[in-house]
Amino acid sequence: MSLLQTNNLSAFYGDFQALFDINVTVQQGETVAIIGANGAGKTTFLRAVAGALPTAPAMVLFDGQPIGHQTPHEVVRLGIAMVPEGRRLFPSLSVEENLLIGGHSERKGPWNLKRVYELFPRLGELRHLPAPALSGGQQQMAAIGRALMANPRLLLCDELSLGLAPVVIRDIYQCLGAVTAEGTTVVLVEQDINRALDASARFYCFQEGRLALSAPTKNFDRAAITAAYFGL
Amino acid sequence: MEWLNIIIQGSLLGGIYALFAIGLSMSFGIMRLVNIAHGDFIVLSAYVALVVTQGTGLDPISSLVVVVPVMFVLGYAIQRGLLNHTLGGGLLPPLLVTFGISVIIQNGLLQGFGAYTQRLHEGGIETASVRIPGGISIGVYPLVVFAVAVFAIASLQLLFYRTGLGRAFRAVSDDADTAELMGIDNRKLYALALGIAMIFTAIAGVLFAIRTIFDPAAGPIRLILAFEAVIIGGLGNMWGTLIGGVVLGVAQAVGAALSPTWQILAGHIAFLVILIVRPSGLFPRTKDL
Repeated sequence: MSLLQTNNLSAFYGDFQALFDINVTVQQGETVAIIGANGAGKTTFLRAVAGALPTAPAMVLFDGQPIGHQTPHEVVRLGIAMVPEGRRLFPSLSVEENLLIGGHSERKGPWNLKRVYELFPRLGELRHLPAPALSGGQQQMAAIGRALMANPRLLLCDELSLGLAPVVIRDIYQCLGAVTAEGTTVVLVEQDINRALDASARFYCFQEGRLALSAPTKNFDRAAITAAYFGL
Repeated sequence: MEWLNIIIQGSLLGGIYALFAIGLSMSFGIMRLVNIAHGDFIVLSAYVALVVTQGTGLDPISSLVVVVPVMFVLGYAIQRGLLNHTLGGGLLPPLLVTFGISVIIQNGLLQGFGAYTQRLHEGGIETASVRIPGGISIGVYPLVVFAVAVFAIASLQLLFYRTGLGRAFRAVSDDADTAELMGIDNRKLYALALGIAMIFTAIAGVLFAIRTIFDPAAGPIRLILAFEAVIIGGLGNMWGTLIGGVVLGVAQAVGAALSPTWQILAGHIAFLVILIVRPSGLFPRTKDL
C-alpha cells in the first residue's frame, strides 16, 4: 500500500480552481519530486495534503486512510510535517523555541532536539538567537529541523532552494539525504529541476493545476520535461 | 511634596487601569481580537462577585475562588462556541460579535439587577493607609491593587516565556497559519487564551468594584481606559501596558489637582498627545500591525 495517494485531487481558492484531478502516489521510503513553473499548483498540492485546503476526504489517502477532511494539526499528528515555502519561522521565537514548536504534537520517533543539532551543528551554536538573526541557509535548516521534530513519516518540502546560494543548497540537500536514510518519505517541491531530479527517484510535473508528466528520474528525456514544464 | 504626592497617587491608580488592560491586550495580542465586550466582562465579573458574596457571605476577595473559574469557563466557551467562528474574515466580524455580546451583557445585567449602583465591601482595608517619609499618606488598597497588577503581569510573562503553552501562544501570535501546520490546534489555543484573559478580567472586575461603584452600564468606560493603557504602552508589551496604566493614572491625578472636573478629560488628553507623538505607543513590540 502506498503511504500517500491522491485520488483526482481538486482544490480551490474560493471560486478559483487551482488543482484538477491530480493523481499522485508515494511509496513508503521514497523521495518524490514535484516540479513545475510558477503557479503550476505545486504549493497548493502540498497545502491540500497537509490539510490547509479543504478537500473531499477520499481525495487524500495517507496509509490507506482518508484524510482530506482533516485539519492541519490533525494531519501533523498522523505523521505529515511540512517545511513551508519561504521557511516561515516564527520571528519572535528563538531557534530552539521554533524547533520545540515543531515538536508540539509530541509524536514519538527518532528526532529530538539533540538529533536535530547533530544533523545541523550550526543550529546548536545559534539556538538562543531569534530566528530572523539567522542567514537564509540557517533558517532553512531550522525550518527542516522544526518539521523533523514532529517525527513525520512523510516530510513535505516546499522550495528548499528558494533564495539560497548554490553551495548552501548543496549542503541542505546533503542533510536531506540523512533524513531519508532514517526511512522518512519525502515529497520535494522545487522550481530548480536539476536539484529536484538529483534528489528523487521519481518526479511529477505539474502544469497549470494539472498533471503533465510523471516518470522515474533515471534516464529521463530532458525534452519531454521541458515540454511538460512549459506546456509546449 | 504636593506634586510628588499627586504622582504617587496617580501611579497607584494606574495599577487598576493596567489590570483592566491585561485581558484586552492578551486577546488582541494572540488572536487579533478587538474585544469590544471587554469592559462589560469586567463589570460582569463584579456582578458575579456580588451574587457570590450575597449568596455565601464570603468577602469579595475570597469570592474570587468562584468568580475566577466562572469567568475562565465563560471565556473558554465564548471563544470556542462563538468567536472562533468569526476568525479568518478580517477584523470586522469579531468586532461586531463582541459588540453584540457587550449589548447583551449590559441589558442582561439591567434586567437581572436593575440600574442601581452597586458596590462590593471588603471592610477596613478600603480606608486603611500608611504614611511614608515626606508626610505622604498612601492608601493600602491602591497599593495592594498595584502589587496585584505587577504580580499579574509578572506571572503572565512567566507563562509566555517559560512554558510550552506560552511558546505556542507566541507562535500563533506570530503566524497562525504556520502554527497550525506545525501541529498546534489554534482554535483550542484561542479558547484557552480568552479563558486565561478572563482570569485577569475577573480579578480586575472584583478589585475595581471594591474601590468604585458600578452599574450595568459601567463597562464601556473601562473598555476605553483599558484600550488607552494598551495603546500608550505599545501593543504586545505587557510591562508597557502597566506603564500605560500609570501614565493614565498620573495624568488623571494631575488633572484632578488642577480642577476636579478635569480628572477624566486629562487622561484622555494624555492618551491623544501620546498617540500623536508616538503613534505606536511608548514601547511597541508587535511590529506587524
